Amino acid sequence: MLEKSKKKINLTVSTILIILLLFGLYLMELFLSPSNMIFIVLQKGVIYALVAVSMNLLNGFTGLFSLGQAGFMLIGAYTYAIFTIPNEARTAVYQYFGGGLIKFNLPVTISIILAGVMAAVFAFLIGLPVLRLKSDYLAIATLGFAEIIRAIFQWNALGPITNGSNLLRKFPSLDSTGFSKWIQKITCDIFGKTGNVTGATIYAFIASGICIAIIVLLINSTYGRAFKAIRDDEIAAEAMGINLAKHKQIAFCISSFFAGISGALLAMYQTTIQASAFKSAMTYEILLVVVIGGIGSITGSCISSFLFIAASEWWLRFLDAEKYVGGVKVPFLRSGFRKVVFSIIIMAIVLFYRQGIMGTRELTPAGVWNWFKKTFIKSAPKKSKEA
Amino acid sequence: MSKNVLTLSNVTMQFGGVVAVNNLSLEVNEGEIVSLIGPNGAGKTTVFNVITGVYEATNGSIELNGQTLLSNYPKGKMKKLYAGENKGLYTKTVVKTPDQITKLGVARTFQNIRLFKSQTVFENVLVARHLRRTSNLFTATFKLNYKEEAKMRSETLELLRIVGLEDVKDEAATSLPYGKQRRLEIARALATEPDLLLLDEPAAGMNPQETDDLTAFIHDIRDKFKLTILLIEHHMNLVMDISDRIYAIDFGKLIASGTPDEIQANQKVIDAYLGVTEDE
Repeated sequence: MLEKSKKKINLTVSTILIILLLFGLYLMELFLSPSNMIFIVLQKGVIYALVAVSMNLLNGFTGLFSLGQAGFMLIGAYTYAIFTIPNEARTAVYQYFGGGLIKFNLPVTISIILAGVMAAVFAFLIGLPVLRLKSDYLAIATLGFAEIIRAIFQWNALGPITNGSNLLRKFPSLDSTGFSKWIQKITCDIFGKTGNVTGATIYAFIASGICIAIIVLLINSTYGRAFKAIRDDEIAAEAMGINLAKHKQIAFCISSFFAGISGALLAMYQTTIQASAFKSAMTYEILLVVVIGGIGSITGSCISSFLFIAASEWWLRFLDAEKYVGGVKVPFLRSGFRKVVFSIIIMAIVLFYRQGIMGTRELTPAGVWNWFKKTFIKSAPKKSKEA
Repeated sequence: MSKNVLTLSNVTMQFGGVVAVNNLSLEVNEGEIVSLIGPNGAGKTTVFNVITGVYEATNGSIELNGQTLLSNYPKGKMKKLYAGENKGLYTKTVVKTPDQITKLGVARTFQNIRLFKSQTVFENVLVARHLRRTSNLFTATFKLNYKEEAKMRSETLELLRIVGLEDVKDEAATSLPYGKQRRLEIARALATEPDLLLLDEPAAGMNPQETDDLTAFIHDIRDKFKLTILLIEHHMNLVMDISDRIYAIDFGKLIASGTPDEIQANQKVIDAYLGVTEDE
């Protein structure tokens, strides 16, 4: 009974926090300038959080060290873009390929889901041979696959579909979805003007949030337990009747599905996409987010994703600009120095937090409350619920 | 005569040129506790690995409750290399993977404990209920199987209570003392609802007191879960106490079988364990 009521409280608190978060985002959109750095950090951060969590599902929870994430994001991004470019814009976008092969388009939501499905289908096919490999070999194989995908999408012969190595653009972005029209209308009804509200950040949060929630549910289900068993000991897992090939394939496809969706969201965020942007460096960025957040921690991935984006896009930017203080040039500050500092910070984090910021723990409202009680209210019981 | 649960016929396992198990036939009947003994390197664990499908036997057949788990004959490179017996006897190929075999009702423990290290005692046993699920990916993710999930949890708890690990259910599996880790491994195997339980050296590394407890424990679970048990063991006290019948193997070949008394008196077994001087 006690456990049940605790669960209920947890659920209520979480719901309230989510509503507060969305409301806060709305207020931010209402009052802050749309070019404020915070929006870039929030939007890109939440998209990276989704792809990091999807990678964590594979690397952290199933123990499959895969580096194909950028490839699946690329598939997702292209699927989304190809199916949502408005018909009237296709001639301009596919100017070298006679207006392209596909002459219809699909609603945004369906395209996003299709982006995930497409990535999952590719993952299934790749997984058939590749998932027999273990650890490093799997990493190399998936990395190779991602590079091949990138090359194929840039191939001129596929131009009528992928636009070759040219940009895809003019598809609906985060601030031109049906949702943003709806929220603008509501704002207009309340305040009499739409102001800066586009709903872009809220849309990114809702879409990523739903996906992450599904991944969390999966991890907490009986399948998630089977994944963890495979991670801990393959031989014992198989002896417990867990079909290794099938479960690895499931984890691989689901991880890729959400990578595909995050690719679609990234396309919406960037407004234009080009295959050459989905380099292996992107996979490494995601891997970095996962490792720093803690391999095997969902909330860790989310937190570190925002920190990573904020640091690389915002906080450390000043290091790239040359600066003069009283006529004297500040040493070191020049283009590229940011990356040096960034690398040093990462090394420090890895040295001092061996298992990432969160390890394998999760951040829950109850956990935070207990920590708060422990730290600030002396008489509280010592046991932490942060497990 | 009670019915056969497990039947191995002419099973040969050859790795390259090495014949690890040679033409081994054995039977385990319902409700029996049968031991497999032999000196180090005799091929006992290989027999287990062949039964559970970790290795694919080179020749021979294995049946569980009348269902074929394995039937194989030398193929490919093995055609030339094969050094075992009964080469032409089998013509069918049936190979089942370890998870299929577990599903059919064979559960095992490992010689060197293989628990899921990052998980608690409870989770270790709970995950073994996964194979008896009726939910699919969708219903499991969206908690539409909550009834089954609740049943899984209560059954797991019940099982932990029976094996006496209820009080440590939330502890990390690896933090348990050695004897309890062994017990946990057995509990995890029981959670798969087996007919046949294979125990690979369950008493390894235990002191005499723990060994006595284990003997009682094995008897206990055999009766409670209506199990048939095949075990490998070096503790002769335990083996002689517990077994209905014993098979002794050496260099992969069966050298003797029978009741504990017969085995104790068998000259071949004594020779295998103590060695014989040839030039006398």
